[in-house]
Amino acid sequence: MEQSQLMQYLPVLMLIVVAIGFAAGTLTISVFLGQSAKRTKAKDMAYECGANPIGENTPRFSIKFHLVAMLFILFDIEVVFLYPWAVVYRDMLADHATRNLILGSMISFMFILFAGYLYALKKKAFDWKN
Amino acid sequence: MDSLQNLIPETMLPDMMFYVFAGLTLGFGILVVANPFSRNPVTSAMFLVLAVISMAGLFVLLHAFFLAAVQVIVYAGAVMVLFLFVIMLLDIKDEQKRKIKKGFLLAGLLSVGTIAGLFIKGLHATRLDAHPSPTTEGDTALLGKLLFGQYVLPFEVVSVLLLVAMVGVILLSKKDLK
Amino acid sequence: MDWNFIIFSAVKIAVVIGVVQGMVAYAVLAERKISAWIQDRVGPNRTAPPFAKHIPVLGRLLTRLGMFQPLADGLKFMFKEDFTPAGVRKIYFFLAPAIAVIPAMLTVAVIPFGSVLGGQKMVIADLNVGILYTFGIVSLGVYGIVLAGYAANSKFPFLGGIRSSAQMISYEISMGLSVIPVLLIVGNLNLGQIIGWQAQHGWLILYAPLAFVIFLVASFAETNRLPFDLPEAETELVGGYHTEYGSMKFALFFLGEYSNMIASSGMMVTLFFGGWTLPFWGLDHPAATLVSGIIHILIFLVKMAAFIVLFIWVRWMFPRFRYDQLMDLGWRRFLPLALVNILITAIILWMRA
Repeated sequence: MEQSQLMQYLPVLMLIVVAIGFAAGTLTISVFLGQSAKRTKAKDMAYECGANPIGENTPRFSIKFHLVAMLFILFDIEVVFLYPWAVVYRDMLADHATRNLILGSMISFMFILFAGYLYALKKKAFDWKN
Repeated sequence: MDSLQNLIPETMLPDMMFYVFAGLTLGFGILVVANPFSRNPVTSAMFLVLAVISMAGLFVLLHAFFLAAVQVIVYAGAVMVLFLFVIMLLDIKDEQKRKIKKGFLLAGLLSVGTIAGLFIKGLHATRLDAHPSPTTEGDTALLGKLLFGQYVLPFEVVSVLLLVAMVGVILLSKKDLK
Repeated sequence: MDWNFIIFSAVKIAVVIGVVQGMVAYAVLAERKISAWIQDRVGPNRTAPPFAKHIPVLGRLLTRLGMFQPLADGLKFMFKEDFTPAGVRKIYFFLAPAIAVIPAMLTVAVIPFGSVLGGQKMVIADLNVGILYTFGIVSLGVYGIVLAGYAANSKFPFLGGIRSSAQMISYEISMGLSVIPVLLIVGNLNLGQIIGWQAQHGWLILYAPLAFVIFLVASFAETNRLPFDLPEAETELVGGYHTEYGSMKFALFFLGEYSNMIASSGMMVTLFFGGWTLPFWGLDHPAATLVSGIIHILIFLVKMAAFIVLFIWVRWMFPRFRYDQLMDLGWRRFLPLALVNILITAIILWMRA
């Protein structure tokens, strides 16, 4: 019995509901079942290896993380373009008219992005040593 | 058994789900900009993630399965992570305290109104068929054939665009380093 | 509306979730037993309910093997004090474990864990964009960790969360690129079709070994397992993003990590090792009888268990990477390697077409 593709998303939806229910359920159960002990000031403190917490609780972090996230988006978009390409690649290879187009278009696409990657390498965007 | 199976016709379920996902998208979208309970930018960002995911649900209902997946991968999984990073990099406490200025609100409403007007006018201009042709369905292979056939030049231009973005971000965030 | 379909889907969901939870529980036990064995210890060998000693031989054996340990662990997590420190951001403190565990439970939906059983395909959702669905869900896994770090309002969790999200997104690129050769060869995103192709032409590990290596290492990084467990890194960050967590909330992070491990084992089996097929005894065709259907599911589970043991073995055999080494490996080694791999595969296919 073949189901239409749209119907195949119904189990996904059901699974999402089950997963949310599971997470909510276990968290609530734990609130009710977990015995509560005395609260103390030291227990309420953020853990910092036994010493009292010093300074800001959410410290500043390196701009490099931002750089990585930004480069990640760009490469992610490249990967997304690769998926439809990979799917049609064999079909278009079989056709004589599109044979070279399908390889050439992706090689040039990847080449241009690789130039950007080399630039990032040269500018030490991936260097985490210092 | 037949009467049970026809209790809810199969064609009605997608319609019902459309209203659910459209409602969710709108609701989460409103909570992004005007959350009465919290002025925390992280909360706004998380509601934006939810809005994006429910929009992926709308794409699924339009049979645009590839787009739905890409929507989640790129927007929910990549762009919003960057948003969170930026929010956490900046000092968000000031943002929470900032009052809403009337001028900004007016400018915002004006720009949203303009976009909405353009959108409605565009909708009126293009009369869609009640039954769109099945070739527009979001099959990945069909999309690939179009992208690497008819639209291969725009595709190549995208790579240049991505290159520019890559150079830009490196220049901006590594200004102090050689 | 097709009620049969809905009922069968519900049954499949219930069974799969149950099996995954059970596998998580016993993967934890396996982890403890294997680590004990590697470190020349005994491991859990005495936890048992009172009735166990009345069962003649089996009771003692099961106790020695620690078979009751996961049960005790689960009960302990539930009855522990559900403590919320004063300084945390309350809503996110509760939401983060849920956000960590939900994507982990969703990834298994598209993995075919068997061929057919009683006329039903043994997969929860037979999506045409199967692989992309998985990557979409995996990319949402970042939020649980980054929000846990943010919610705790404490230095170690915060740094752990930021670190691990950067690590996960970095390796997502390598992971996404590494499956492209597979897609080039098969030409389909549907995991069932990928298994069907492998049944005809042989396992994809033979065609794309480099892709498998990259995928394997990337999935270690994605699941935050050693040698890439920097978000937790006890020696630097105490416990990383879950430092402030306890009881069931901590258990959900744990569950998420192990479910991810199970899901990525399943993905590797499906993509590179033929899924539920075996190339001999005619086991590579969809099952015609009930018995062969069950055998297919068993084959899949055994292959998956092998990968879980690999995950555990690696954890106790290799030291942790330093953060700069991790980023270096992801961005400067694997990314170009994966790109070259795609190019080579594409050119070979072009020449042979």
